[in-house]
Amino acid sequence: MEEQAIAKSVLETGEMVLNMGPQHPSTHGVLRLKIHTDGEIVSKIEPVIGYLHRCFEKHCEYLSYEQIVPFTDRCDYLASMHMDHAFSIAVEKLLDVELPERVEYIRVIIAELQRIASHLVALGTFGLDVGAITPFTWAIRDRERILDLFEALCGARLLYNYIWPGGVSHDLPPKFVERTLDFLDYFDPQIDEFNNLLSTNKIFIERTGDVGVLPPDVGINFGVTGPSLRGSGVNWDLRKNEPYSIYDKFDFDVPLGEGTMGTIGDTWDRYYVRVLEMRESAKIIRQACAQLPDGDVHEAIPKKIRPAVGEVYGRYESARGDVGFYIISNGKNIPLRVKMRSPAFCNLSVLSEIAEGWMISDVIAILGSLDIVLGEIDR
Amino acid sequence: MTFADIIKFVETKAAGKSSIIEGKEVILVSPDNWVEISTLLKNESKLDFDYLMCISSYDKGDNKTYGAAYNLFSTTINHYLEVRVETEDGTAIPSVTGLWQAADWHEREAFDMMGLQFEGHPNLKRILLSEDWDGYPLRKDYKEPDYYRGMPVPKDKTYWD
Repeated sequence: MEEQAIAKSVLETGEMVLNMGPQHPSTHGVLRLKIHTDGEIVSKIEPVIGYLHRCFEKHCEYLSYEQIVPFTDRCDYLASMHMDHAFSIAVEKLLDVELPERVEYIRVIIAELQRIASHLVALGTFGLDVGAITPFTWAIRDRERILDLFEALCGARLLYNYIWPGGVSHDLPPKFVERTLDFLDYFDPQIDEFNNLLSTNKIFIERTGDVGVLPPDVGINFGVTGPSLRGSGVNWDLRKNEPYSIYDKFDFDVPLGEGTMGTIGDTWDRYYVRVLEMRESAKIIRQACAQLPDGDVHEAIPKKIRPAVGEVYGRYESARGDVGFYIISNGKNIPLRVKMRSPAFCNLSVLSEIAEGWMISDVIAILGSLDIVLGEIDR
Repeated sequence: MTFADIIKFVETKAAGKSSIIEGKEVILVSPDNWVEISTLLKNESKLDFDYLMCISSYDKGDNKTYGAAYNLFSTTINHYLEVRVETEDGTAIPSVTGLWQAADWHEREAFDMMGLQFEGHPNLKRILLSEDWDGYPLRKDYKEPDYYRGMPVPKDKTYWD
């Protein structure tokens, strides 16, 4: 009896709050998670964000439209081209500009290369999160080739400032199309290698199959978009549903989660949708390279951007999901208000809902599968 | 449905509770009617706006009128609607977190940046800025503090022009 009383006084059984981050290798940036646990089981997670807040929206109120483009680069630094493209599309909608065909094709080629590069980082670091180190080095090796292409294109390897409202900053360099096709020929078999190494690895499936299931209705209610939502089997891709640019000219599929290794919408499905998307992106690039027309990429760039009074909500399917730019113009060369709808912001908000009832080590896997970029969440 | 059809449908269900902003495909709702209209938009099967994409706060520039723009989308019917709710003198806007969970963080951000109050929000506190921040930075009349925790804030803005 006495021993039991001692044990009870020493071993408290209340809820424990575990702090993870802000400096933690598995949080993909400066993210802090307050994890409420009962033993090893997670009961609630409170993400604390804002450590990377750089006042993007306030800066926009002091900068002309052309000057905002480099700032959008720095929001999602793993898919900078997508941010440039999203912002340019919104401004072009506001200005009502007609773009030359060549610009649209170049943009699609670049955006899809960027999607592959971004997914490679997502998959590689996800492997790293669950304990597989080699896939990361392989993914970064392949991404390096895409960065080399981008370097030839505009000189920068991470923050490009390449896609401008009305056009692109440079035309394609000589032999760019050949080099891109060479890369795709090299890359297609690499996806199979990657699957052999990671996707069908038994330990990996044990860690991810059936873990952290996101039901489709919960995902939509929380505003989850992109591959994270498609992993739950929701056929929702802006490139198909509301084709912007010239995506309606290409033949490609939208990969969906099928529950191959457990339940539809589990962590493995969210992971595998990204693998399949890389193949679809390669398909789009091949078609765009084959149809690439001639033309001047600078002819539609406005001398001065001064949109009429009004507002616009531009939408774009980035590597992480549905990016929105809500721009209010008051007729000057500086916007009155720019609001960015960040996909990773909404994707992160669902974490507490799907991680509830799982172990702390599973939280790492679930967080990795949501593929967040803190630069974009905090803006 | 097109914008005109949506407006017609909303008028038959809740007459006089919303108005169209002139020259735009946007409806304006007062905070008093927002509960009814938002419930209608979400739950009515013919509208079925199940996906709240974004809440953007904005400042009208007269130091008292602030607004929130809601971008709604229906993934089942594929139609889009923008709704605006404007408040004066700090009146609270009813929270829509009960209908769309996505509103939780978006409303917190609107509160953090623009100082909009959302009535019925379960956890209305700052999200991007630190808890002890003074003022609402995206308001047009916001003045940067001279000091933040003892550190002087640079005031020279000539390099911005």
